[in-house]
Amino acid sequence: MFKHLGLVAALAIAVPAVVSAQAQKPTDPQIAHIAYTAGAIDVAAGEQALAKSQNADVRAFAEEMVRDHKAVNDQALALVKKLGVTPQDNPTSQALTKQAEAKRAELAKLSGPAFDKAYVANEVAYHKTVNGALSGTLIPDASNAELKSLLQTGLKLFQEHEMHAEHLMGGLK
Amino acid sequence: MSARRGFIRLLVAAGWLTVAAVSSAAAAPKVHTIVVADMAYGPAPADVHVGDTVRWVNNDMFRHTATARDGSFDLDMKPKASAETVVKKAGTINVYCRFHPGMKQTLTVK
Repeated sequence: MFKHLGLVAALAIAVPAVVSAQAQKPTDPQIAHIAYTAGAIDVAAGEQALAKSQNADVRAFAEEMVRDHKAVNDQALALVKKLGVTPQDNPTSQALTKQAEAKRAELAKLSGPAFDKAYVANEVAYHKTVNGALSGTLIPDASNAELKSLLQTGLKLFQEHEMHAEHLMGGLK
Repeated sequence: MSARRGFIRLLVAAGWLTVAAVSSAAAAPKVHTIVVADMAYGPAPADVHVGDTVRWVNNDMFRHTATARDGSFDLDMKPKASAETVVKKAGTINVYCRFHPGMKQTLTVK
């Protein structure tokens, strides 16, 4: 459980940090960057699981994560291109990436059922946290209607993944 | 040989007549389309009868399935693909997506 607190804490701190550091709402280019980064992190985590896990259910879940998050990120890239927006790096994206790297290194040391449990537990925590950021900050603060709509689809996707991860977690005991 | 062939022709013709008689007695089978988009199934069609085709068109960016809880069908659809099934018995069919189990739909077959 403590293993997830790092990322949760980072997001809890980092998401408001964008707001407070600039004393204003995150801009659309920042929001796009955060959403894309959050998706890319989960794709990388899924790829790590596919390289390490032998569990069929965990592998099927990881394949789904890679497939779905790549799909939504491809759509995000197409949208920013269409809007002529350049995603802008920001403290939230940086904190997300830093925490994901730490988690990746931690998971790299594990194998077998210990890896599976740690990966899935992190997926539950990660999706929960990103859902909170999407519904609490990113969606309400997005100005562009198309970006907002894509984020809303992303939220539905993350919620489904969270449920799937929780279900999977229950079966791994 | 030719007598036998004639007999077979007769059988085939009789078969066609039977099929035609049966299908004209019931309403012609229909195709019902359900569009899948934004992580959700579109509205379930009303008035689905046994023998009709139900087709899901996946307009979403994600791969989805239309899976019957009773195991009667399991359609796997890549993005922008479609899949269909012929419903074979009357009743209620609960449909969900294996990848995104929060996606649910109830089909009523008359």
